[in-house]
Amino acid sequence: MFAARFARRLPSNRPRPARQISTSVPRRSDALFVHRDTTYNNPKIPFEFTAENLKRANEIISHYPPQYKKAAVIPLLDLGQRQNKGWTSISVMNYIANMLELAPMRVYEVATFYTMFNREPIGENFVQVCTTTPCMLRGSTEILDTVKSHLGGVKAGETTKDGKFTVIEVECQGACSNAPMMVINDDFYEDLTPASTKTILDAFSKGQKPKPGPQSGRHTIENSAGLTSLTGKPYGPGEFCSPEFS
Amino acid sequence: MLKATRVARATRSVRPARRAFATVQDPPVRHYGGLKDQDRIFTNVFSRHDHGIKGALARGDWHRTKDIILKGDSWIIQTMKDSGLRGRGGAGFPSGLKWSFMNKPGWENDKRPRYLVVNADEGEPGTCKDREILRGDPHKLVEGCLVAGRAMNATAAYIYIRGEFFQEAAHLQQAITEAYKAGFLGKNACGSGYGFDVYVHRGAGAYICGEETALIESIEGKQGKPRLKPPFPADVGLFGCPTTVANVETVAVAPTICRRGSSWFAGFGRERNQGTKLFCISGHVNNPVVVEEEMSIPLQDLIEKHCGGVIGGWDNLLGIIPGGCSVPVLPKPKCEEVLMDYDSLKDAQSGLGTGAVIVMNKSTDIVAAIARFSQFYKHESCGQCTPCREGTTWMMNMMNRFVEGRGHQREIDMLLELTKQVEGRTICALGDAAAWPIQGLMRHFRPEVEKRIADFRAREGGVLFGGRFIRDVDPTLAIPDNLGGELPEVGLPAQH
Repeated sequence: MFAARFARRLPSNRPRPARQISTSVPRRSDALFVHRDTTYNNPKIPFEFTAENLKRANEIISHYPPQYKKAAVIPLLDLGQRQNKGWTSISVMNYIANMLELAPMRVYEVATFYTMFNREPIGENFVQVCTTTPCMLRGSTEILDTVKSHLGGVKAGETTKDGKFTVIEVECQGACSNAPMMVINDDFYEDLTPASTKTILDAFSKGQKPKPGPQSGRHTIENSAGLTSLTGKPYGPGEFCSPEFS
Repeated sequence: MLKATRVARATRSVRPARRAFATVQDPPVRHYGGLKDQDRIFTNVFSRHDHGIKGALARGDWHRTKDIILKGDSWIIQTMKDSGLRGRGGAGFPSGLKWSFMNKPGWENDKRPRYLVVNADEGEPGTCKDREILRGDPHKLVEGCLVAGRAMNATAAYIYIRGEFFQEAAHLQQAITEAYKAGFLGKNACGSGYGFDVYVHRGAGAYICGEETALIESIEGKQGKPRLKPPFPADVGLFGCPTTVANVETVAVAPTICRRGSSWFAGFGRERNQGTKLFCISGHVNNPVVVEEEMSIPLQDLIEKHCGGVIGGWDNLLGIIPGGCSVPVLPKPKCEEVLMDYDSLKDAQSGLGTGAVIVMNKSTDIVAAIARFSQFYKHESCGQCTPCREGTTWMMNMMNRFVEGRGHQREIDMLLELTKQVEGRTICALGDAAAWPIQGLMRHFRPEVEKRIADFRAREGGVLFGGRFIRDVDPTLAIPDNLGGELPEVGLPAQH
């Protein structure tokens, strides 16, 4: 009898709604911290340094005490990322773990902690627009909107369809007196206006590289209305020194 | 009788004021600022000249460095102490004293290597001074490493430069390579018999690595999570060896101070705040600039003289953050009286920090500006200590609501209490740094926040604690009392 009742309770072939454990929407962080194997990112994809990078890697490792080879993990990940088209795949991490004789987890920890390691593929040009307060005061919101609309309506964190640009919003890049600014690949483009932003993006989409630095015509960080300091020739060796060093 | 005593007391109290003390004179009032070019240490801040070794030699770098090295550690440290140099990275700890911690009695018997670590992980919003040293005057820093390294008997220096500074790292690496070639570094640095190496270590984008122990962790190839102190880095630091972490500017000024004499450097600025300093001014000024000026220069002078004034004139000023995003904002009346040094800004309940002046004029949405800082700290919290990890997120959420005013007047005090709960309860100062801008905002601009909340509630109706509208709550359900739904509406305080 019990068996009969039990049988009746067993699920039939009818699909039943999955039981809801939580009703709140899961909140995603900036980037997913868990690796999932995909066709483009899995440990079976081979990776190793080119001969030139291997030489560089050995040079970097030599900067640290031999028992602390681990210290080279950040520079090597950076080197690996550069060789791997701007992103750090699981193979890169595993290769570096192997090279530095580390548990792979130690490398994953580092790669997930630092924001400059991209764990997903990026476009040819990596556009990073600073939106922290000093830039915000000078109009970085407008710059970010210009970038997004000029690249065909991408959102921050997305890559354009042609794979040429990835746009992200970043925190302070340390060029606050040249605000607003953006970084494309390794170069700072500063003193931006919406117009100059468009010009720069157009040049990159044509495969050119415009001149980095301030786009307003000033040289670096000086007063754009004329120098208020360091106007003359800088003083030379021994000048103004105390008698024993002059 | 009673009246008579009262009168007598009154006259007695008035009398001293009438007496003229002819012998005591007011000390002459000294005005700070107006540094001459010949007294500027960083002569290539604008990168108008060659940053390579040729240009550096022509500008007086590496001039008789050998003699400085041969003077020995105690001479260099004494010079630093006499010069009154305080750390330029934000905390303002006296540099000579800090360096002397490396030379404890009996240090010679310690066979461990010793390290100088230079903090070039400049990431504080508003700060862009070290970048100009790194790309314009990299030889000053490399020479500074040798001099500071000699003072603390270090064997090597690691310069931790933030990963985003690619061009700067290239210039620095070029300078180091040139210095090795010229024999200024290496086994026999400058021919003095002292062996010293300098290495560049590039970071990978983490603000927290600007904290000294996090920086050490990061060089060791780990996540940049600050360590508990003690043990202090001077005992157990990088790779378990004695280490001192110093800011780029602090290290880079050392050779010039040694050559020009401590009294020259101490001649600038007020007592206990001596020297010259790079100030970086950003935000709503006509011409943002990085400039080396005398310490204790009045804030208003600095802006008027070097930056062409505030956009829209001084009267259009709303407030200034005088030392990078971690220090509280100052309202206009305070901006008119403060001097740019550690003590004056501390008295004004703010701080000199890194000398990064962020100017905001009346077009600024001050609440949004500070809310953006909260977002920054939320992003950059390393996640090690719970008060900071959870508190920064919480503060960001509340601040973002206050930008439009979606809250309850009582939540302002809750937010302030929250900042007090985070402050001082974390391993490093990031928790404090996240709390201070909000405290500064509420100290000086609280009416603005209150007005927004009042306007929003007048427009949209009541809001529960946490930002939910009362109108969205199912009336058939009981609202818990602690959500503030039943609290009487608090209006704006009477305008005065």
